[in-house]
Amino acid sequence: MIPDLLNTRGRKQIMLLLTLALLSPLNWAKEAAPVAEDPVIEKRMLALSEDLRCLVCQNESLAGSRADFANDLRREIREQLKEGKKDQEIIDFLVARYGDFVLYNPPMKPTTYLLWIGPFAFLLIGAAILFFYLKMRRRQIEEPSLTDDQHRHAESLLKDDKGNNA
Amino acid sequence: MMRFLLPLAAFIVLVGFLAVGLGLKPREIPSPLVGKPAPVFQSPRLHEPDQILSSKDNLGKVWLLNVWASWCVSCREEHPLLVELSKSGIVPIYGLNYKDKPELALQWLGQYGDPYTVSVVDPEGRIGIDYGVYGVPETYVIDKDGVIRHKQIGPVTIESLEKKILPLIKELQG
Repeated sequence: MIPDLLNTRGRKQIMLLLTLALLSPLNWAKEAAPVAEDPVIEKRMLALSEDLRCLVCQNESLAGSRADFANDLRREIREQLKEGKKDQEIIDFLVARYGDFVLYNPPMKPTTYLLWIGPFAFLLIGAAILFFYLKMRRRQIEEPSLTDDQHRHAESLLKDDKGNNA
Repeated sequence: MMRFLLPLAAFIVLVGFLAVGLGLKPREIPSPLVGKPAPVFQSPRLHEPDQILSSKDNLGKVWLLNVWASWCVSCREEHPLLVELSKSGIVPIYGLNYKDKPELALQWLGQYGDPYTVSVVDPEGRIGIDYGVYGVPETYVIDKDGVIRHKQIGPVTIESLEKKILPLIKELQG
């Protein structure tokens, strides 16, 4: 194999590869790839944008959306992280511009009470309805108790029945 | 009697919720910036890129900031209205050319008319982020003190113009 590589054709190929390898840094210079530039910041950015809503495609997080808008905001978050801003400062920055709607984890305040408490209120209402319904039903299907006379009457009927069947 | 009334009542409540839900516009998210000072920007003009426009220059007058782009389809929808509004001279309209290429933007204005007193460029959407822009077109009514008084999300329509924007401008100018 090695002598094979050293023949003229092999040498040419190696030269070509080397030239390409030397050329490629010129390609990097065009635009710095924003992703994975700094893994720590990228990780923090992703963790942060996981809990933020993309306003263009409202069921997607900023981390998961491919919308141009989400891309811009990820860039903004990345830059602010690089400036040394804390997560909370960045969240405040976005809330000041886009409102609480941008948060997947909205704060507890009068306008969001219904949002936070609503499901539990419905659960309580449902449990109460179920409780009273079951209680009512139990009363309806309660076995009527028989008097001694009725017992005897029933037994005689059953005996009769047996006699007939036999 | 209750056997029928109860499900009927539940059904009516449900229909009520659904009817309200139909009328909601989830795309229109109330901006927290309404009632707050408009973010200050300094940006090159679209027509004269060597000249900078500062939003502070507009203090003392009521003005509209319209966010537009040549790639934005709904912008074309509202454009004739803006051209007409600018001809009426009621209020100056400033354009924020959002994430666009200057040559395409100029070509677009040449084709559909230019209602803007001045358009400034925001090629990377940074001013847009400051203004909470998430869908072009968007239009802001800004008062003499530089406070945002109204934000129209989506294209300006005759209805929104007559019902909200024009009366508000009149009130602010008065």
